Amino acid sequence: MSVSDSDLEDAVAVDLGATEEGVFRAVSRRRALDVLGRLRLVGPTLVVLVAVAAVFPHLVQTNYVTSVAMQVEIMMCLALGLNFVVGYAGMLDLGFAAFFAIGAYTTGLLSVDLHWPILATIAPAVGVSLVGAIFVGVPTLRLRSDYLAVITLGFGEIIQNIVNNLSQTGGPEGISGIPPLRIGSLVVTSTTGYYEVFLILVVIFLAISSRVRHSRLGRAWLAIREDEDTAQAMGIKVRRYKLYAYMAGSVFGSITGSLYGSAFIAIAPPSFGFSESLLVVMAVAIGGIGSIWGALLGAGVVIAFPELFRQFSDARLLVFGVALVLIMILRPQGIWPETGLGIQRLGGTLRKVARRVARKPQQHRDA
Amino acid sequence: MSPLSVDSLSLRFGGLDALSEVSLGIPDGALYAVIGPNGAGKTSFFNCLTGYYRPSSGSVRLDDLDITGLGASQVAALGIRRTFQNVRVFPKLSARENVLVGAHLRAGTSFVGTLLGTPGLRRRERALAEEAERWLDYVGLAHQAASLAGALPYGMRKRLEVARALIAEPRILLLDEPAAGVSSVERDELAEVIRKTCQGGVTVMMIEHDVELVMQLATTVAVLDHGQLIAEGGPQQVRNDPRVLAAYLGKRRK
Ligand SMILES: Nc1ncnc2c1ncn2[C@@H]1O[C@H](COP(=O)(O)OP(=O)(O)OP(=O)(O)O)[C@@H](O)[C@H]1O
Ligand SMILES: [Mg+2]
Repeated sequence: MSVSDSDLEDAVAVDLGATEEGVFRAVSRRRALDVLGRLRLVGPTLVVLVAVAAVFPHLVQTNYVTSVAMQVEIMMCLALGLNFVVGYAGMLDLGFAAFFAIGAYTTGLLSVDLHWPILATIAPAVGVSLVGAIFVGVPTLRLRSDYLAVITLGFGEIIQNIVNNLSQTGGPEGISGIPPLRIGSLVVTSTTGYYEVFLILVVIFLAISSRVRHSRLGRAWLAIREDEDTAQAMGIKVRRYKLYAYMAGSVFGSITGSLYGSAFIAIAPPSFGFSESLLVVMAVAIGGIGSIWGALLGAGVVIAFPELFRQFSDARLLVFGVALVLIMILRPQGIWPETGLGIQRLGGTLRKVARRVARKPQQHRDA
Repeated sequence: MSPLSVDSLSLRFGGLDALSEVSLGIPDGALYAVIGPNGAGKTSFFNCLTGYYRPSSGSVRLDDLDITGLGASQVAALGIRRTFQNVRVFPKLSARENVLVGAHLRAGTSFVGTLLGTPGLRRRERALAEEAERWLDYVGLAHQAASLAGALPYGMRKRLEVARALIAEPRILLLDEPAAGVSSVERDELAEVIRKTCQGGVTVMMIEHDVELVMQLATTVAVLDHGQLIAEGGPQQVRNDPRVLAAYLGKRRK
């Protein structure tokens, strides 16, 4: 079997943490065998994971669980977006829900008032949020992180207040009657349908995040996060790249918002407030700053935990809070950090299995 | 010919003259050492050359271009690269990725290419990754390519900084105390790396306290004391300069 370099790169791009992308320099035979093992395992593992996720609603067959799972996916999309800003570029953004709101309201207005199809509203939604990102980002991104946190928080509040007070956006009632998503002749109406739509979005966002991470852009972001001054000595235009991170986040946020509006039929200001922004930050932080798998896990935690604690009724937020504090104390680096035990252990396990798989044909030959 | 020339450069911090009226020219292909007692203004001088400090007066020229007051990333783009006295690697990136960050301006820029993983961009990335390995090998860190930079011992981090600067193919390389705090074996390897680099056509400026290393490598030595250039010339000439001796001895007596 021959393995082309591009296959290897795919494996590398997907198997982020375990490899440090060093695999395609297969120095020793054992290394080469590892790569083969990984190719066989990582790709299929992902395929199986996505396949299981895709049939999940049919397995559980309760609308409630599917709807919670869909909210987890929405949070995953948002967390992957904020991961560009907080995780990769290392800027604290406390107003990320603003872009979510811009996406949802642009789609809501265009589809309800002007009868645009949902798909057609995504591009303008992204456009408006990019304008917002540039408007806020250009004058403020020179600031150090703590000031930036305050500014972005203000931006989030302003957007929420605007949609809450404008009659055009429906004021506190928001917008209702947002039409379903149509893709060709397919009309998505059920919760399960939207669950699948958001699953596709998660996969796309994931692929983009991982590709970008290992490009010039991603390396520049991480360099800025690690040491902004030193990054300049590499020729990196720090302010410009910070703006790119902010813009990338706004794109993911607004696309998610667009589809969110269609999935929930109605949107209202409370969904886009500070608590939503904070939830996304928590998803990224709990999972492990900068780790895309961590962002996905974190999204699961911040949505599923409060649901699990429903039996505590009023006390559930308290329980949630305590659980969060416990996670922070027990795993301050995040559940699945970018570097460190979590991934190394996974990498080690994969390698072991890979070696075992790779060894088998050899034994046959020897015998 | 002096590609890099400095004309009456001064830098003030409040009442302190970190640099006063420093003028000098760095000849093409030189291995130019900058020495002087602690606090003489050597690092501040480098910071002025690389856009980290904005001089209070005077000018820095690269060929015919006035680069005084340019930002650090602009200076880097002109082919002037540096290392830092207080080692500054990107700790949570692997050694290989640290070097790749150094190649920022040489890496493929196509955003669409990145998203789609186009073959052209992949080829460039792979070529760059291989080049990063070669530079790691050049400074003796080939075996550490996958290690997190923050986990490397001090001496290795210093060498990693050199590889990170060299992959940019700089015209001028500024090393701020490359041999400080490294073992004697590492020091000899480092001397070899610096010599090779200079022979390869890179003009090297080096701040260094290790007199032996300076005598061994430098073609020209400049001596700073209290922000002033008190001597410039060949290593032997500077070594016997009474003002230089006075500066060092005077310091010691205090
Ligand atoms: N950012 C700054 N703000 C205020 N003073 C500074 C600053 N940078 C340097 N100085 C002062 O300028 C003087 C020269 O410092 P510099 O670091 O350039 O010395 P140096 O020759 O590199 O010394 P060393 O051999 O100890 O590294 C010192 O008195 C230092 O305190
Ligand atoms: Mg110094």
